[in-house]
Amino acid sequence: MSEKPVAEMSFEDAMSALEGVVNRLEAGDVPLEDSIKLYERGAELKAHCQKKLAEAEEKVAQITFDENGQPKGTTPVDPA
Amino acid sequence: MDLFEDTPGDNAPEFSVSEIAGTVRRLIEGELSYVRVRGEVGRVTLARSGHLYFDLKDDKSVLSCMTWKGQVSGLGTMPEEGMEVIAEGKMTASGFSSKFALNAVRVAVAGEGALMAMLEKRKKKLAAEGLFEEARKKPLPYLPEIIGVVTSPQGAVIRDILHRLRDRFPRKVLIWPVAVQGEACAPQVANAIRGFNALTPGGALPRPDLLIVARGGGSIEDLWGFNEEIVARAAAESDIPLISAVGHETDITLIDFTSDKRAPTPTAAAELAVPVRLDLMAWTDAQEARISRAIGNSVSRRKEKLRDLIRVLPRADALLNEPRQRLDRADDALPRVLRQTVERRAAKLSEFARALRPATLRTRIKTEETRLNEWSRRLGPALTRGVDRRRDRLNALHLRSAPITQKLERQYKDFNALAPKLDAAFTIRLARAAEKIDALDRLRRSIGYEETLKRGYSVVRAGETIVTGAEAAKSAASLEIQFKDGRVSVTPDGAAPKPKSRKKKPDQGSLF
Repeated sequence: MSEKPVAEMSFEDAMSALEGVVNRLEAGDVPLEDSIKLYERGAELKAHCQKKLAEAEEKVAQITFDENGQPKGTTPVDPA
Repeated sequence: MDLFEDTPGDNAPEFSVSEIAGTVRRLIEGELSYVRVRGEVGRVTLARSGHLYFDLKDDKSVLSCMTWKGQVSGLGTMPEEGMEVIAEGKMTASGFSSKFALNAVRVAVAGEGALMAMLEKRKKKLAAEGLFEEARKKPLPYLPEIIGVVTSPQGAVIRDILHRLRDRFPRKVLIWPVAVQGEACAPQVANAIRGFNALTPGGALPRPDLLIVARGGGSIEDLWGFNEEIVARAAAESDIPLISAVGHETDITLIDFTSDKRAPTPTAAAELAVPVRLDLMAWTDAQEARISRAIGNSVSRRKEKLRDLIRVLPRADALLNEPRQRLDRADDALPRVLRQTVERRAAKLSEFARALRPATLRTRIKTEETRLNEWSRRLGPALTRGVDRRRDRLNALHLRSAPITQKLERQYKDFNALAPKLDAAFTIRLARAAEKIDALDRLRRSIGYEETLKRGYSVVRAGETIVTGAEAAKSAASLEIQFKDGRVSVTPDGAAPKPKSRKKKPDQGSLF
């Protein structure tokens, strides 16, 4: 069981951790106490994944340049 | 008489060398101020000064070309040896060395075949450097937070990408606008890729975690910028994973070989860039369901196992029945067995006790006492009787001294009678023996050598040895001669007589 705090995980890490939890639980050889811990961790990972999925936000911007051609800032772009 | 005959053209003006050179130059530069020349590039030299010199040639002629330092950047295509090109510029002539040349300000690859040949050459070169190897390609992030897109901000391409991203998984997108064709394309695209890499993650301009370099379809010339080495190298060097999506499915440009992933179209690039959010939500829900099911299964499996165990667990009563019966049996038997044991012991005790009554003991003591008295009574006489018997036997042996004394006296008398006789016989035998010894001595003397000495003979000795010959006498150191009245020492010839202590020798010697 990876001990990295779930909140710091990338979506992909959380996903593979969740997959690992599910596989272990389905293997069925986990002691009851551990399976309760795994269940809790699975719930936490799932919540994190869902949060990451809910965060999906579209934001499009175009880079602007200064007179030397160096990126200066952004200007919003309407993606429609 | 005329020294000079009239010859045709005599009145034509004369040019100085400089004049003619200048005229030629004006003519050439005036007439050929803009030309396009097609030919194969020969030797190419980029001078340290920054000026570029190269030759254009065909099967018969060679044309020197040069591009001044300031013109090189606008050239379009850097000429490479063997490349079929069209060079544009003006012809110049140099009076100094009587030469003409093309000042090329633009160079373009001539024809599609030539372009493809050049592309093949570049591919070989970059492949030889290992830039195409799978091992150096970076995996794309599963779900990038920020996607950097290098493309034209106008047109269908960016819209296609943004739409597809929105459909799948809306993300933050940073667009770096570039020219996607023409001469500016390659340097701008390369610059954009490097520019994105130079951004800091989480800065005001956040660094993307995925790049898409995209362009719509077009002719090979339109797409040519993406075949340029600087673009391909920038893509290869990018630390941010990069998807190339240039042209349509069949268009493959050099950047496609060095990018981490090639997408056949810009839309496909968006599909490679992000997963489908709804799928992931479904997946996440499915995981939740699987966890619940697994936990449920695990619990019910344990319940079942517990039930099974309970079933086979015997009831407490059943477990206790047998011990309880045994206890009952033991409880039952205990007093009886105890009683029996005690009785048996009591019987045995009384048996012993019977024998131990005082009367019995007294009788027994009495008997023993009687027997003891009887024995002691018999013991005294028995002892004296033995002694008496032995004394009687001693007396019966008649050990008396009288007979022994008589015998001794008799033998003593015999001895006394014999003793004088023994003495006499012994004296006679002694006298006889003395006579015999005298006679023998007389005889000895008469035949001894000392008697011969009396008759005038002498004995010669050398030390202890009797000398009987002249040879032995000569070799002796000293000699001693014995006469009847004494001994004289003599020295044989030459040998000094050796004084010798006169030692009285016993008069007894050898017979010879």
